[in-house]
Amino acid sequence: MDSFMTDLQGSLGILKNPEVISYLLKGLLFTMGISLIAIVISVAAGAVLALIRNYCTRGASRILGRLATLYIELFRNTPLMLWMFICFVTCPAPAISKEFAALLGFSSTVAVKTLFKAIVALTLFESAIMAEIVRGGLNSVARGQFEASYSQGFGTLQTMTLIVLPQAFRNIIPTLLSQMISTIKDSSYMASLVTIELMGCTKLIISKANAYNGTWVDRFNRGTIHVTDVFVLFGFAFLVYFAINFTLSCVVRRMRREKRA
Amino acid sequence: MATIFSAKAWATVWQYRGTFLNGFFNTLQSAVVGLIIALAIGFALGLMATGGKRPLRIFARIYVEFFQNTPLILQVCFLYYALAYSGIKIRVVVIGFISLGLYTGAYVGEVVRAGITSIPFGQFDAARSQGFGYFDTMRLIILPQTIKIILPPLVNQMINLIKNTSCLYIIGGADLIATTYNFVTGESTGGAYGPAYLVGGLMFFCVCYPLSMIAGRWERKLKERDRITVTPEETNDAKEATA
Repeated sequence: MDSFMTDLQGSLGILKNPEVISYLLKGLLFTMGISLIAIVISVAAGAVLALIRNYCTRGASRILGRLATLYIELFRNTPLMLWMFICFVTCPAPAISKEFAALLGFSSTVAVKTLFKAIVALTLFESAIMAEIVRGGLNSVARGQFEASYSQGFGTLQTMTLIVLPQAFRNIIPTLLSQMISTIKDSSYMASLVTIELMGCTKLIISKANAYNGTWVDRFNRGTIHVTDVFVLFGFAFLVYFAINFTLSCVVRRMRREKRA
Repeated sequence: MATIFSAKAWATVWQYRGTFLNGFFNTLQSAVVGLIIALAIGFALGLMATGGKRPLRIFARIYVEFFQNTPLILQVCFLYYALAYSGIKIRVVVIGFISLGLYTGAYVGEVVRAGITSIPFGQFDAARSQGFGYFDTMRLIILPQTIKIILPPLVNQMINLIKNTSCLYIIGGADLIATTYNFVTGESTGGAYGPAYLVGGLMFFCVCYPLSMIAGRWERKLKERDRITVTPEETNDAKEATA
């Protein structure tokens, strides 16, 4: 029991280390940034995909509709990890200068390129899911809205952007927000490619915990990693993810209740 | 990806087809065992959340919120490292079963809860007035009625579960994604990116796509029937679970 308490003291000491905590918070910053980029782009791409899938059903445009359907079904029925690996190998990354990499806090440009590829994979994947969410919203808009809009002289594009999409989006805001939770969670898949976001950073710190938990003596006696280190560090990560996602899920629940009332 | 047209790369994949089939089998195995655990946990949580006991309701709430709001990868890694550093030796496959089961259980719990709350309250009263106890009411009256509502979202959870087996790569699992990745980066087999990813992806697609088709068709049929028989207010909870 005594040794457990000393272990725990040492483990908690890791989180008090300013070097460690700033590293983990930087990871959190990347988690949020990556998720935000992926969400913004995938909502836009998802809206386009949903419109094409739903309304390109006649004539030559049918081919486009089929392609959108293929894209959505393909990405919805295969795991994100597969796309991460595929993008890791095949996705072209833009040339990145050393200065830009240093600005983001990386010593090598390779890491930034991998980050770029991982974001592409995440965005491609989330776009398919967003498309289905938007499509649900589009289908909830009453048919009369289209007819009313056409009768007032709006063209197809105007009907969509001015009449239908705004109503569709208002209906799906709660679902979009809960997909945001999923995206934040999904960004942790990156940890298997590159150490950048919170999950990867936490894992890296654990693998070096002996250097921070007070057991390190010198380079011949490098100390040991205790199970308490795992609990404290992963516990910290659990807390951070939970705080963000729980807040979001409370917002979602509240919106759903208000909508029903 | 240019290797997709290379006959040599395809030949390598064909030569190692056993590896792919093995990974495919491991993924299915993890998914099936995970599903059994998830169903057990999920139904227990659903009953706790709708039952009258306040502590049980709170426990179910905390369980669901915790597992739904933290990433699966983090849960898998935590279990793996915690066991490894406390000197408990458990095979990676078993860690996969447990973590997938616990995670999916939270989602199944929400589906079951929504299913039970969608049953009109009169059904509970009627059952009690006929002398049914709690478990008999659930087993004979309520749950049979919820099954048709909760099956589509359950199938969707199953698809997620199958896709989520890819998380096990991070702890050195032998699921289909890990096998595919090890194949394309392996020393003797490396390079056949195109064919390998195509085969790996297709295997997932062939399982998940039919399932999602069935779930989608089922859901549409239910909605149509609801339009005829049930007022929209009564099905709100079920819709929330499927959304």
